[in-house]
Amino acid sequence: MPEERIKQSAAETANDVRSRRISAVEVAEETLAHVGAVEGRLGSYLTVLPDLARAHAMHVDQRVASGEDLPLAGVPLAVKDNMCLETTRTTCGSKILEHWIAPYTATAVARLLEAGAVPIGKTNCDEFAMGSSCENSALGVTRNPYDPDRVPGGSSGGSAAAVAAYEAAIGLGSDTGGSIREPGAFCNLVGFKPTYGRVSRYGLVAFASSLDQIGPLTRTVEDAALTYDAMAGYDAMDATSIARPVEPTAAALREDLRGLRIGIVREFDSKALGDDLDGIYRAAYGDLERLGAQLVEVSLPTADYGVPTYYLIAPAEASSNLARFDGVRYGLRVEAADVRTMYDKTRAAGFGPEVKRRILIGTHALSSGYYDAYYVRAQKARTLIAGDFDRAFARCDLIACPATSCPAFRFAAKSDPYSMYLMDYYTIPMSLAGLPALSVPCGWSTPEGGNFPMPIGLQLCAPLFAERLLLGAAHAYERATQHALARAPLLEGVQA
Amino acid sequence: MSVSYEAVIGIECHVELKTVTKMFCGCLNEFGGEPNTKVCPICLGMPGALPVPNAKAIELMVTTGLAFGALIPAFSKFDRKNYFYPDMPKDYQISQYDMPLAQGGTVKYWLEDGTMKACRLTRIHLEEDTGKSTHAGSGDGRIAGSSYSLVDFNRAGVPLMECVSEPELHSAEEAVGYLESLRRTLLALGVSDVKMEEGSLRCDANVSVRAAGSSELGTKTEIKNMNSFRSVERAIESEIERQIALLNAGNRIVQETRGWDEINGVTHSMRSKEEAHDYRYFPDPDLVPLEVGRVDVERLQAGLPTLPWERFERYTREYGLGAKQATQLVENFELGRYYDRVVALSGNPQQSSNFVLGELSRLANETGTTVGDSSVSPDHLAELIALVETKRINSKIAKELLGRMWSGAGSPGAIVEREGLAQTSDLTTVERFVDDVLAANESVVAEYKRGKTNVAGFLVGQVMKASRGKADPAIVNELVTKKLSS
Repeated sequence: MPEERIKQSAAETANDVRSRRISAVEVAEETLAHVGAVEGRLGSYLTVLPDLARAHAMHVDQRVASGEDLPLAGVPLAVKDNMCLETTRTTCGSKILEHWIAPYTATAVARLLEAGAVPIGKTNCDEFAMGSSCENSALGVTRNPYDPDRVPGGSSGGSAAAVAAYEAAIGLGSDTGGSIREPGAFCNLVGFKPTYGRVSRYGLVAFASSLDQIGPLTRTVEDAALTYDAMAGYDAMDATSIARPVEPTAAALREDLRGLRIGIVREFDSKALGDDLDGIYRAAYGDLERLGAQLVEVSLPTADYGVPTYYLIAPAEASSNLARFDGVRYGLRVEAADVRTMYDKTRAAGFGPEVKRRILIGTHALSSGYYDAYYVRAQKARTLIAGDFDRAFARCDLIACPATSCPAFRFAAKSDPYSMYLMDYYTIPMSLAGLPALSVPCGWSTPEGGNFPMPIGLQLCAPLFAERLLLGAAHAYERATQHALARAPLLEGVQA
Repeated sequence: MSVSYEAVIGIECHVELKTVTKMFCGCLNEFGGEPNTKVCPICLGMPGALPVPNAKAIELMVTTGLAFGALIPAFSKFDRKNYFYPDMPKDYQISQYDMPLAQGGTVKYWLEDGTMKACRLTRIHLEEDTGKSTHAGSGDGRIAGSSYSLVDFNRAGVPLMECVSEPELHSAEEAVGYLESLRRTLLALGVSDVKMEEGSLRCDANVSVRAAGSSELGTKTEIKNMNSFRSVERAIESEIERQIALLNAGNRIVQETRGWDEINGVTHSMRSKEEAHDYRYFPDPDLVPLEVGRVDVERLQAGLPTLPWERFERYTREYGLGAKQATQLVENFELGRYYDRVVALSGNPQQSSNFVLGELSRLANETGTTVGDSSVSPDHLAELIALVETKRINSKIAKELLGRMWSGAGSPGAIVEREGLAQTSDLTTVERFVDDVLAANESVVAEYKRGKTNVAGFLVGQVMKASRGKADPAIVNELVTKKLSS
């Protein structure tokens, strides 16, 4: 039953391929056929890679046949298009890289392929990962599989939509201020951002280097754990990657929360989100308690400064990171009589409005005379925010809070940039502190004027390097509540 | 016109470090090669590529700092210097802004007459080199009038050390003395090739003038495009003259960057301060702060060689060598080391210097080899010096012996022994030679007695010849004179 099979988790598919109940090639073919059937309505992928997928799948089958034990054998993988995969187009959702072919493979991607995953394609994202809805992509529209009139979230919206619609079992995303967790919440998925430095950034096209972190979007916590276990760990190619052993998280998945203290953040009172969401979050906290956790109130008094702090640091780094897109060596070039004019025309034509806005903000924040007032102060605020978490974690093992302030919104609903920036209100503080955090499905809410109930995500956050605890607890919650199973994506009438 | 001026000069040097690989990637750090053959995603600034610092480069840089007595802080970091340039792949340069790897320090140097001087350093920091642009279609390789440009990134990412001096130099001669000493030191440390012609050493000079005795600094200009020490000297001289002429004419100096025009021997304006960049420095988030361990610092400190200026001071002050000789020995590192061993063995620095810089260097030049590679070992040379010192042989024999040692004859003592070449100081023996020569040259003796005393030299020569050079020339001289006057 192919239709059933494409809905399998990564763990199930890997088991089947490992035990040779099915070949990786068959899984790839079925997945590619399904992608062909639904892509027209979703737009998850910017590039589908049938030839590469088949070649990898064949190779996986050979490796399995030769006795290799591959944790992700034959698992269909969707890669956000800001990560390099050799010989494939890596666009970052931008016109400036629309035709750029990566000459090398990102470490995280390479490790997943080594573990047996099969790359199905490269997914849409907000241009250079700057956005929360995928609407800032210059190359395509991606729709939410639970309501095609709504955004999938962003910036890793393509990977989220792909996984939600069974176009892959694992979607790789990158999270700078919430870009995995928010689309995870919007698409009824587990969206997991590991501790900063746990997963190599080598080959991830930088947006804000001190915040960017690669992580998985999956339909189950177990799949998130398997993916993380396969790609985390020190990489000599990334000076910020951490040389500290990674203990397998898949072995630490729990069934209850006994003995854990879970902090509920006083400043993140869900009453402000309306009765519906407030009810969902209160129920979620109650479920945590029923699973054996002790709820304690904690305070993050400086969390409110997260968004303004983030919107100085991230654009400052981005303004420098994106300088290299100058038309000299690769990517788009608009010819001109002299090199300065060539720079101007290339960048004017190649970058979209949000990228330009952030380059301008960042350039200003770093300018002589403003540096101390903006960048230095933002770094100080960042230290204070991290200090808040330190104090909170002295009183609890995990923090639970909303992942987003609303469910997936309609296209063009957040046309004012500041309202879009506020979408990351609950996820930015953890990013600034470098902490591991995830969103896990916690309920459904039908937005005002909406046609369908939309998924809501609960955010869990752990101290630095406590991924085992984080995924373990999320697993217990997922197993006990099963919110993710409450509704299937809108794929009726689609023949795989 | 009666005002006298003092020049104030500071020098900024860029030095490429001699590492196997580049600063932040695994590409080879080698001069030249086909364009864009020593490149990878990292040094080309490809999307997603990340820098990882070269530990060896940091070590060479710390070694350099220690050699100049700079402070090596426990904590340092890399910053990004942001500006757009086609040969800079990332459009920012990874450099160090406010926390360089080496702070302060002093370069000791000397002038041609041997006067020792010192110039303090502000800082030394580590950064990455850029690529190289070639402009085509303009005929002269300049950007003006060119139709397109080509970029070679082989040099991009090569570790580059920037060494900034305090404005404590006061003449072109001092500036060159400082540069020479810097160059010699970096060579002795083995941290760089320091070849100006290959660009592994590049320097700019900040030049200003002020009324002699004033403590305020005048407006400075920065001089670029100097491609040899000789052009540094000429450029600084020319710039000092230009500034003094301007001031004397009642004009003001404009703060600007000026290029040295080698052909016409003048500097010309390149850009004014108003066009200066805002580099928007900030700590590079791709790199973690650098922590230089005390243990490493102590290890590198202990491994420092004797520095060129230390050797110069020893040669001139302890050994009494002239500045020129001392400079020669310092300049030629291998020769200096050879010399040091000969001195250690012979205990005679002056004689050692005479032989090493004189006859031995002449033989080396003649045969196109080096003293170190010759078959004259320091032991044998020390032995030869001892033979001269104890008057067992005279200098003529010594020179002859050295020639034979150069050809592989071995120990000079053994040759002297074997061939009976020892100098004869025995009065009776020498007197016999003298008597024989005087008897055989009666007419010459008669000339002498008629007042033509300069023929004595001829007679002394004849005696030396008769003794086959072994007679002690001093004794011969004395006896000949005595006998002629009797």
